Amino acid sequence: MSKVLMKGNEAIGAAAIKAGCKAFFGYPITPQNEIPEYMSREMAKSGGVFVQAESEVAAINMVYGAAGAGVRVMTSSSSPGIALKQEGITYIAGAELPCVIVDVSRGGPGLGSIQPSQGDYFIATRGGGNGDYRHIALAPASIQEAVDLVTEAFDIADYYRNPVFVLADGMIGQMMEPVEFRDMPSRELPEKTWATDGTKNSRKPNIINSLALDPAVLEEHNIKLDKKYQQMEKNEVRVEVFNMEEAEVVLTAYGTTARVAKNAIELLEAEGIKAGLIRPITLWPFPHQAFREIPGTAKAILTVEMSMGQMIDDVKIANEGRLPVHFYGRSGGMCPEPQAIVDKVKEILGGVK
Amino acid sequence: MATERIIMAGFGGQGVMSMGQLLTYAGMIENKQVSWLPAYGPEMRGGTANCSVIVSDSLVGSPIITQDATCAIVMNLPSMLKFEQNLVPGGKLIINTSLVDREPSRDDIEVYKLPANAIADQVGNPRVANMVMLGAYLALTGLVSTDSVVEAFKKVYGAGKEHFIPMNQQALAEGAKAVLEVQ
Amino acid sequence: MATPVFEKTKGLTDKQFHYCPGCTHGIIHRLVAEVLEELGVTGETIGVAPVGCSVLAYDYFNCDMHEAAHGRAPAVATGIKRVRPDNTVFTYQGDGDLAAIGTAEIVHVALRAEKITTIFVNNAIYGMTGGQMAPTTLIGQKATTSPYGRSEADTGKPLRVCEMLATIDGAVFVERVSVHDVPHIRKAKKAIKKAFEVQLRGEGFALVEVLSTCPTNWGITPVDSLAWLKDNMLPYFPLGNFRTPEEGK
Repeated sequence: MSKVLMKGNEAIGAAAIKAGCKAFFGYPITPQNEIPEYMSREMAKSGGVFVQAESEVAAINMVYGAAGAGVRVMTSSSSPGIALKQEGITYIAGAELPCVIVDVSRGGPGLGSIQPSQGDYFIATRGGGNGDYRHIALAPASIQEAVDLVTEAFDIADYYRNPVFVLADGMIGQMMEPVEFRDMPSRELPEKTWATDGTKNSRKPNIINSLALDPAVLEEHNIKLDKKYQQMEKNEVRVEVFNMEEAEVVLTAYGTTARVAKNAIELLEAEGIKAGLIRPITLWPFPHQAFREIPGTAKAILTVEMSMGQMIDDVKIANEGRLPVHFYGRSGGMCPEPQAIVDKVKEILGGVK
Repeated sequence: MATERIIMAGFGGQGVMSMGQLLTYAGMIENKQVSWLPAYGPEMRGGTANCSVIVSDSLVGSPIITQDATCAIVMNLPSMLKFEQNLVPGGKLIINTSLVDREPSRDDIEVYKLPANAIADQVGNPRVANMVMLGAYLALTGLVSTDSVVEAFKKVYGAGKEHFIPMNQQALAEGAKAVLEVQ
Repeated sequence: MATPVFEKTKGLTDKQFHYCPGCTHGIIHRLVAEVLEELGVTGETIGVAPVGCSVLAYDYFNCDMHEAAHGRAPAVATGIKRVRPDNTVFTYQGDGDLAAIGTAEIVHVALRAEKITTIFVNNAIYGMTGGQMAPTTLIGQKATTSPYGRSEADTGKPLRVCEMLATIDGAVFVERVSVHDVPHIRKAKKAIKKAFEVQLRGEGFALVEVLSTCPTNWGITPVDSLAWLKDNMLPYFPLGNFRTPEEGK
């Protein structure tokens, strides 16, 4: 199939429909508005459902209902709206339902700004909902990758019966790049025998539920969930490792910031400084192994984020104390500039030599 | 060409965003690596508009243009005052003199001037001023062919708008002529 | 051979109710289940349980069930009904769930005219959490968070849900009933049946508010509770139909 030039938000919507998404529930918030707008236009054409809910809280609970009824369903929002959705997300995780949640993130805290930010790393990887739950968090760095990951996200969600979170910053949502809608590797998926589609008086009722008043029963459920999460950690890690051979400094960044980091690596190369990049594509599970494989030439790690430092916690965990971990970040809708990263790298190398 | 980083700016309604999209799409048609990044948010409603277009032979890294713009196409005065600063030394500043009556402050850049609105009026529609500016840019850089821009026009606007193509082609040509004549 | 004179509805499972002695949730469950059975839709029905005393309703109804977050049952039901338009979908909610934390959801399910049925059980108190004041608690009524009796000055007057929802065009059937005696129980069942028939005909949103008792948290006997409902709740929450589909035409 040929390439088309698409805005990130619309491409995400198109990818979802192509992946068999049959229901979308959302609420307006910048900078993700083109997703619900696209879905309101295109869902009707593809025999799907679109509802503009009264709030993000209602939207995620509509997702909860539709997911329980056994169809592929998605919602999208931006940071403050994602905060509101946390209630529904923990219920969905607890009830083991598949769905896709897209966060086109913006600056915070509070109402923050509408410009791109990576301040939602914690909410994407730790979750803002209550209880022991996890979900995969995918972080695309281009429109093409957003399309590919959203397409796969539905399969991943169905495979594990678990919500899948896509963290795309406002830049990914708003920019246009060429994309190709290609077939992604699909998985063998079990039939949704658990879905609420009516007993037809021929089977026992299916119950979608996250309540277990008996502590022993809930603990058993927690252990079962944990085993599932361990499977995800084992099987679903995705990472791009770039220019790592002989690297003196290892940059680590995700999403749009990783692209800025690559520009910085080029500039450093021109100055004879060898820098590599670890770009987590899954923020959870985090690519710990990539950090174990950092070559012996490396003297330090520099974490670059569009935040005041969130992923750096995971970097420190993955680094296991081997190398000094530095940080450079911009926030509030300001983006790191390649030259500033270059300067920071030089400062670090000056310090470690 | 290595990498062209173009800032296009003006006020809402001047077709700045679509000019950027056409160039981006044309780059894609010619198998170049491209990105288009809009400024979005309140400024969208406040009347000014700008977008960043990158066209490159190699993969586009950051879609953001900072102090490394190779060209700024400014359709009005506030845009010139704001984006002149983003040009690299030797970068191109293309000014719509129909709406900009001041000189740029920098002397280390290449400055090109043309009255895009007046030319658009002559072509027959004030709304093609953006294409006049784009024509000037293409004449200076040869980044993509005008054929590719026309091809992009068809993709972006669809069959229903194809009757506008001749006028847009003329605007591209007049922009090219104007900018080359001046130099 | 003995002829059965009474059979429990197949709309309920064999699970024993956990409700307190004298609580009228059991009666209301049975009415809903009987209606589903009589309409022949049990096998096509998906029920949405709330948070509150009836949180475990998913164990009692003999149809597919979905346990919602507090107040969100109408949103969950919307999600289900939109993707399963041929199924019958109902929510079963208490007064804290529907009239406090879930006010946005109930108003918007009505204004979208979602083709679902809501059974709203109003017993003027939070039962599950131990007798706190509800939006429907009467003025002067004591609750664990209104120990001196509900004060209008501090908390306003009780919310009349039917009257509020009847102002919304999408709520095509709205009726308040009670279960404090047998004639009223019969009327309640009729209303519940109509509310499901409205859904089956695809006419819009239907809600039945059922005035109910809470002997445990009211601190009186089951028998006295029925009398208290009649004497105190009926004057403030008048019974009757607020909207029917015909009215809208």
